[in-house]
Amino acid sequence: MKNPISNLQKVFESRIRLGIMSALMVNETLDFNALKELLELTDGNLASHLKALELQEIIVVSKQFVGRKPSTTYKATEKGKLLFGQHLNALEQLINR
Amino acid sequence: METKNTNPQEDLIAIRNMMERSSKFLSLSGLSGVFAGICALVGAAVALFFILNSAQITTTAQEVEGVCCDSLKFYLAIDAFVVLVVASLGAFYFSFRKSRKAHQPIWTKSFRSLLGHLLIPLVTGGVFAIILLIRDNVQLVASVTLIFYGLSLVNAGKFTFGEIHYLGLTEIVLGILAGIFVSHGLLFWAVGFGVMHIVYGIVMYYRYER
Repeated sequence: MKNPISNLQKVFESRIRLGIMSALMVNETLDFNALKELLELTDGNLASHLKALELQEIIVVSKQFVGRKPSTTYKATEKGKLLFGQHLNALEQLINR
Repeated sequence: METKNTNPQEDLIAIRNMMERSSKFLSLSGLSGVFAGICALVGAAVALFFILNSAQITTTAQEVEGVCCDSLKFYLAIDAFVVLVVASLGAFYFSFRKSRKAHQPIWTKSFRSLLGHLLIPLVTGGVFAIILLIRDNVQLVASVTLIFYGLSLVNAGKFTFGEIHYLGLTEIVLGILAGIFVSHGLLFWAVGFGVMHIVYGIVMYYRYER
C-alpha cells in the first residue's frame, strides 16, 4: 500500500491554512472579514496565508465594489478542493493505520 | 491557534469545527425556544379564555387598544401576531446574548442564510393563513400555520443545530393532525408552538449551553 503520508499536502500543514480551506469547502465564497472573524487573526497574518493559498492556485480572489466599499472575496478552486480531499483522506488513513 | 502540527486527529477535529462554525449559526439559544413556547401558551390561553369566550369580547376590545371591531378572527389574528412578534424578539435577544457570551459575531453569513431560508416558507404560510381568515376558513388556520412553520424549520435546519430539523418535522406532523381533527385546532396549536418549543428548547439548552 502506498504510504498515506505522501498524500499529505504540505500547504495544509499550517492549521490556519487548513482552517481557511475548511471554511471555503462549505461556503461558496467568503469575504476577508468573515474569514478574519472565523479564524480570529490579524489582517496581516490572514493576508499572508491567503496569498500563499492563492499562489498555489488553491483559492481564487475576486475584488469588487459593494456600493463604494471594496470587498475581497475568496473561493476554493477545483484544484484546491481536490488537494483538500486528498489531504483529508491521508489524515483518515493515518488515524486508521 | 497553533501553526505547525503533526497530529492528524486534531487536524480532523479542527477541520470539522471550522466547517460547522463557518456554515452553521450556533448562537441560537435553547432559551429562545422556551420563551417562544411560553409566549405561545399565553397566546393560546388568551384565545381560549378571552377571545373564543365571546361574552368577554368587549373587555378584550379595551385591552387591544380599544379597536372597534367585534370580529372574532380579527382578535385571533392580533393575538397570533403579538405572539409571533414577542417570541421573535425573545429569540433575537437570547441568541444575541449567547453570541456575546461566546464572543462570536451575530450578523454572520450563516445567520443570514438561516434567516432567509426560514422566512420564505414562513411568510408564505403567514400570507396563506391571512387568506384563509379572509375567506372564513378559520378552522384550518392552526393546521396551516403549524405546517408552514414546520417546513420553515426543516428548511432552516441545515444552517443551525440538527434539533431544529426534527422540531420542524414534529410541527408538520402536528399540523397535519390539526387538519384532520379540525375541532381541536387550538389544542394542536398550543402543543406545537407551546409545548414543543419548550421541550426542544430545554433539550438544546442542556446539550449545548451547560
